[in-house]
Amino acid sequence: MDVLIGQLATGLSLGSILLLAALGLSLTFGQMGVINMAHGEFIMAGCYTAYVVQQIVSSAGVSLIISLVIGFFIGGAMGALLEITLIQRMYSRPLDTLLVTFGVGLILQQVARDIFGAPAVNVVAPPWLSGGVDILGAVVPKTRIFILVLAVVCVAVLAAVLKVSPMGRRIRAVVQNRDLAETSGISSRKTDITTFFIGSGLAAVAGVALTLIGSTSPTIGQSYLIDAFLVVVVGGLGQIKGTVIAAFTLGFLNSFIEYNTTASLAKVIVFVIIVIFLQVRPQGLFTVRTRSLV
Amino acid sequence: MEKPRRSSFRRSALAAGSVVAVTSLLLAGCGSKATEEDAANAESCVDTSGSTIKVGALNSLSGTMAISEVTVRNAIDLAVEQINGAGGVMGKQIQLVGEDGASEPTVFAEKAEKLISSDCVAAVFGGWTSSSRKAMLPVFEGANSLLYYPVQYEGLEASPNIFYTGATTNQQIVPALDYLKEKGIKSLYLVGSDYVFPQTANRIIKAYAEANGIEIKGEDYTPLGSTDFSTIVNKVRSADADAVFNTLNGDSNVAFFREYKNVGLTPQAMPVVSVSIAEEEVGGIGVQNIDGQLTAWNYYQTIDTPVNNEFVKAFKAKFGADKPTSDPMEAAYVSVYLWKNTVEKAQSFDVKAIQDNAGGVTFDAPEGLVTIDGENHHITKTARIGEIRPDGLIYTIWESPGPIEPDPFLKSYPWAAGLSG
Amino acid sequence: MKAFVGRWQTWAGFGIAAVLLFGVAPMVFSEFRLSLLGKFLCFAIVAVGIGLAWGRGGMLVLGQGVFFGLGGYMMGMHLKIADAQIRGDDVPDFMQIAGVRELPSYWEPFASPAFTLLAIVLVPTAIAAALGLGVFKRRVKGAYFAILSQALAAALAILLVGQTSLGGSNGLNRFRTFFGFTLNDPANRRMLYFIAAAVLLIVVAVVRQLMQSRYGELLVAVRDGEERVRFLGYDPANIKVVAYTVAALCASIAGALFAPIVGFIAPSQVGILPSIAFLIGVAIGGRTTLLGPVLGAVGVAWAQTLFSERFPSEWTYAQGLLFIVVVGFFPAGFAGLAVVLKRRRKAGTDPEGGSGKVPEVDSDPDAEKVGATS
Repeated sequence: MDVLIGQLATGLSLGSILLLAALGLSLTFGQMGVINMAHGEFIMAGCYTAYVVQQIVSSAGVSLIISLVIGFFIGGAMGALLEITLIQRMYSRPLDTLLVTFGVGLILQQVARDIFGAPAVNVVAPPWLSGGVDILGAVVPKTRIFILVLAVVCVAVLAAVLKVSPMGRRIRAVVQNRDLAETSGISSRKTDITTFFIGSGLAAVAGVALTLIGSTSPTIGQSYLIDAFLVVVVGGLGQIKGTVIAAFTLGFLNSFIEYNTTASLAKVIVFVIIVIFLQVRPQGLFTVRTRSLV
Repeated sequence: MEKPRRSSFRRSALAAGSVVAVTSLLLAGCGSKATEEDAANAESCVDTSGSTIKVGALNSLSGTMAISEVTVRNAIDLAVEQINGAGGVMGKQIQLVGEDGASEPTVFAEKAEKLISSDCVAAVFGGWTSSSRKAMLPVFEGANSLLYYPVQYEGLEASPNIFYTGATTNQQIVPALDYLKEKGIKSLYLVGSDYVFPQTANRIIKAYAEANGIEIKGEDYTPLGSTDFSTIVNKVRSADADAVFNTLNGDSNVAFFREYKNVGLTPQAMPVVSVSIAEEEVGGIGVQNIDGQLTAWNYYQTIDTPVNNEFVKAFKAKFGADKPTSDPMEAAYVSVYLWKNTVEKAQSFDVKAIQDNAGGVTFDAPEGLVTIDGENHHITKTARIGEIRPDGLIYTIWESPGPIEPDPFLKSYPWAAGLSG
Repeated sequence: MKAFVGRWQTWAGFGIAAVLLFGVAPMVFSEFRLSLLGKFLCFAIVAVGIGLAWGRGGMLVLGQGVFFGLGGYMMGMHLKIADAQIRGDDVPDFMQIAGVRELPSYWEPFASPAFTLLAIVLVPTAIAAALGLGVFKRRVKGAYFAILSQALAAALAILLVGQTSLGGSNGLNRFRTFFGFTLNDPANRRMLYFIAAAVLLIVVAVVRQLMQSRYGELLVAVRDGEERVRFLGYDPANIKVVAYTVAALCASIAGALFAPIVGFIAPSQVGILPSIAFLIGVAIGGRTTLLGPVLGAVGVAWAQTLFSERFPSEWTYAQGLLFIVVVGFFPAGFAGLAVVLKRRRKAGTDPEGGSGKVPEVDSDPDAEKVGATS
């Protein structure tokens, strides 16, 4: 029984990690159609932000909170910069954007290697997050519970912003029909930059959270990139709820298959399932139905 | 409009086809057929006439393996500098030609070829992953040159053109198992990265366990670079073995140990013995996460002998007081000295002379006295079980009674009889 | 009149290439550099296929490592069995060492050279066709296809690393013979190089025919306006599948040659990074042209060998910059630049040259909405 609870907790935790990693992507890819291969490196930037902040502020708990906030802005700034310099020139060529951002990712990785060194660096988790919580016989690490809560909070905040705030309305308008939105007086350029800012900022927040359970090294982003994209693809473009459901579904699927077979096989099987799913429903779980012709 | 295209297609195809046919006929006569002997009479271009002798160092200075291999290059540099300072090899100063393997086996093979045929080095020191060694093996055998390989590996290999100064399985894994048995461990859980070294190591462990009454409660692999261990740690916890044998590699160890500790598993209740965590990796994992856990190597920085203290002092003086020394680095350092000693015994840089004279060559290494085995080209090594302590260093808590003879094919162990062909 | 002129220039082009590859190169380069060139030629063969599928077809094929690896591993399996048979053993050396006494069942058919060659041609083609049909018939958009093919490469690499009977992370290596010829003999290695050069010329010729035929025009039409092609009565999915299959075939043949030339095939040639690396040469050379990918692939591989010797970390920056600058600002690559210059010089007259037309790299049909088919 405790094994079952343990696996449920693992699935939930894995899902929340996928969700954090993919949330920003669901904005940039899902809403804007931009394939940002440097998204993984934005996650990495968040990890290293946490490391640097911790070097300055020695208390692990305080540095965690500060990193979450600072990380958002650093990631956001990097994303906005990327958008302004490169991506805005390439909206008509989304596939080329993929390769260009891959190049950006390569450079960012090498920069991290040159500044911080190739080996992993240690980010200490705060003492109030060490150890686990006993739930019905299974021990769930507190760090994972924290990440789950963080993921839920991020989704809630993002949904609220998109639904209620003027900025969110502008973003949704541009996604649904760019030309009409511009005619209504919305600056699509500014909105694009804002969307990219938020999406990349969320990636960095994910990175900060990931330092609690894993290592911080220049290649950490690569481990999460493909999974994040698959989550967004399965969830469907244009809606956050698709990403949420897809993330948790894939999380549970992965953890249960892994328990019964091996981790390598689980990755392969999950991939096959995704391919088959896309055969049946190529647009993903939820899509945005609009009146526009495209 | 269609006809000209079709006929031009036919004509081009015909032309292309005839070109290929003629060419292959011409060339078919050029190559020689396969026979049982290999053409091992490659010409060596090593220049032994001057006052310097060239050797090559081939390590990954970029890419994922750079973490570990840069330190190996440093150790080689130190050895070369010391030897040159003491008069060189047979009076000649060593000139080190360095190349970057870029963590890619294809690049290792390519650079090895370049070092041998373009730079004409007398020997090459380097390699790290088994993939890089396997990729370089045909190059060294084909050109009849020498490689000194300094990393612990899965054994089951003994090339006449390679000298292995890292531990083979009976010098690292088997003594670790002996230690665990001595401590009364009756069951083990095996966790490893999904590639050749852990897979082979676990086969050996299972054979040993079967012969010695130890139960294997589980065996799990994760893809290289994997960072999520919640499922595996869950399984480990519920299996409740006496100890865990860990063959994870690289960054995976960080995530594993964090998870392990957070779930409440302690080194007192369920110790983890690792074979891929050295002094550098401890820092990345975080000492607080791995304090008290065990490692199996042949060398630790903390070994308290005059030879080692000198070595550590010299290394820190050259590369920085905060840089630790570790087993692969020491093995690389040893390999350069062993080459020098063999050359001086043979009084020649010639490959055949070195191969003939290598057996019995010794060196007073930081890990203790080591001797080359002329048959399998490995060296004797003392096995040491270490405990990671809060200062980030590893301290010996058990060592084998003396240097262990290398047995890469595990021929001297009856329980290993079914393992290799 | 144009067709005649075209034909003369084509013959000259092939002739010059043949002379350079078969005559000049072996005389100028040392044996080591010649096998390096052989390796580059393998990459060039992959690049030709990518040029067709991506340049002319608009499909971003990010998973060519899969087919490259399939071809390489299948050839590797046959070579290992052949080596074992010559030695008189039942199983290849690495299997013996791993304690495997019998050949796994899926290895057995590769003992036959005919089966191996057939499999190298047919298996990746079949897989590409199946994958392509599944993806294109369901009108899955280019971005999804790119991500899926990447994930496929990643999954295959993980799978291969776990298989001890395929050499695991070490892959298949230490090939001693090639269809009866010992690989130790420099003359035989040179023969392999010639085979690679000949295959490259054939592949270029065949793809050129494809590009110049009616199919080639349809392919470009699908790239530039898929819906319109559909309205005209053609099924774009079938057209794309053919291009994708040809690309897969090119990659597979290249992989099959790579294994004996370089001496091993491993999962590190199969995953995401090598798959993307195939693209950069194509992008730099000029993805829509015929020779652009070839020259780009050889050029980039050669530059990598040169620079990574001296400046390893700087080379990573250079790679990243190349992706950004070339794909971002000069999407037509060097060939595109050349065409632009030629057009400026010959303003007004017909710019058609021997290598065929250079269509412009236009905006993607996927541009307006990446994603839903609704």
